[in-house]
Amino acid sequence: MSNPSEINGGSAVAMIGKDCVAIACDLRLGLQSVTVSGDFEKIFQYGGNFVAFTGLATDVQTVSTELRQKHALYEMVEERSMEPNTAAHLVSSMLYSRRFAPWFVGPLVAGINSTTGEPYVCSFDSIGSMDVSHDFVVTGTATNQLYGMAESLYEKDMSPEQLFETISQTLLCAADRDAITGSGGLVYVIEKNGKVTKKLLKSRQD
Amino acid sequence: MADRYSFSLTTFSPNGKLIQIEYALQAVNAGVTSVGIKAQNGVVLATEKKVMSQLVDGDSLTKISQITPDVGMVYSGMGPDFRVLVDKARKNAHSNYKMIYQEYPPTRVVVQDIARTVQEATQAGGVRPYGVSLLVAGYDDNHKFGLYQIDPSGSYYPWKATAIGKGSSSAKTFLEKRWNEELELEDAIHITLLTLKESIEGEMTGDNVEICVVGLPNDDMLGFEGVPNVQGPRFRTLSSQEIQDRLDSL
Repeated sequence: MSNPSEINGGSAVAMIGKDCVAIACDLRLGLQSVTVSGDFEKIFQYGGNFVAFTGLATDVQTVSTELRQKHALYEMVEERSMEPNTAAHLVSSMLYSRRFAPWFVGPLVAGINSTTGEPYVCSFDSIGSMDVSHDFVVTGTATNQLYGMAESLYEKDMSPEQLFETISQTLLCAADRDAITGSGGLVYVIEKNGKVTKKLLKSRQD
Repeated sequence: MADRYSFSLTTFSPNGKLIQIEYALQAVNAGVTSVGIKAQNGVVLATEKKVMSQLVDGDSLTKISQITPDVGMVYSGMGPDFRVLVDKARKNAHSNYKMIYQEYPPTRVVVQDIARTVQEATQAGGVRPYGVSLLVAGYDDNHKFGLYQIDPSGSYYPWKATAIGKGSSSAKTFLEKRWNEELELEDAIHITLLTLKESIEGEMTGDNVEICVVGLPNDDMLGFEGVPNVQGPRFRTLSSQEIQDRLDSL
């Protein structure tokens, strides 16, 4: 109740596979125990970069819009696409600029570097501390449950298909053990060749 | 009454010109010649180091400055104005770019930042335009090597090779004859020296010419080794000995 990060609920997870990355979130928007909406997407696409924002819904909307502006301006001024690590540092400095009145968001960045072909995932705390991972990152109210599922299901060098199955099961099972995460899921699988697959997952709607 | 003096001194003349900017350009054209040449594998910047007395300690005098590890610039015109722009460019590169993206700005972003600063001085109240033209050389992974000129008006131009300052028009005629697509960095340094030779009065030595290059990464300048994927700065100043060696073989 008093923790702004846990009012609306919601979680996200991102994983690295072989020449691919996946990022997934739930679709619930609630006011404490009351579910308000089941189609609140928390993953936003910025060119080839996918950023999930969990936390306080109003801040999710504000920060994702502000990042949209900064990303568009970057691509116009520089006449090039933004790499995932650059996007991550941009998110980090945006959050840290609000060090003493933070946005209540827990972002994840996922993407594939267009020059090196390296998959990239990264998570942040609400004031922008970066955690670059070589396997998976999680965020949101189901953080503990997601860690548990990801730790047991994750394997190295998964194909895009395997990665989709793994991240979906991780999200759905974690959501089952968190009352304010769920109402369906959303998964993006991003491949090195530029192919992006977006899939909706169905789950309990109560 | 007091705010009468805070109006811009650069006001359009009836024939549509900004006279103060034209005067600034005149200051540039009275300045020492600087040359820039872009080659396949690098860019070279060069200028004459005019020492007005034998007693001046020329070693500590530099006219070409590093802005980021891969970008440097030289000027023709007023030295003090140049230093102000160097300070601002360096600060900009950090506060408005590296602190945000954890990487250095590409050449054109550096150029646009400086050009914005220069333009503001043609419009803001209580200031005069900068009395310098700049040549900015740099490298970035996307656009590779770049060479730009910035004028007191705030205009900037990308060049393959160009010159600014007193001898610039004859130098440019010379460069038009000498420049080609296949130029290597060493050829470019050679041509730079030949170009400067036209405008320098008296003997050319390693002490009265300054040359900087943006070429291959200089990993020896990192201060450490053994870390993969870390590159040294591409910007490097040639020592007077290195310049003298090249002059001897002209």
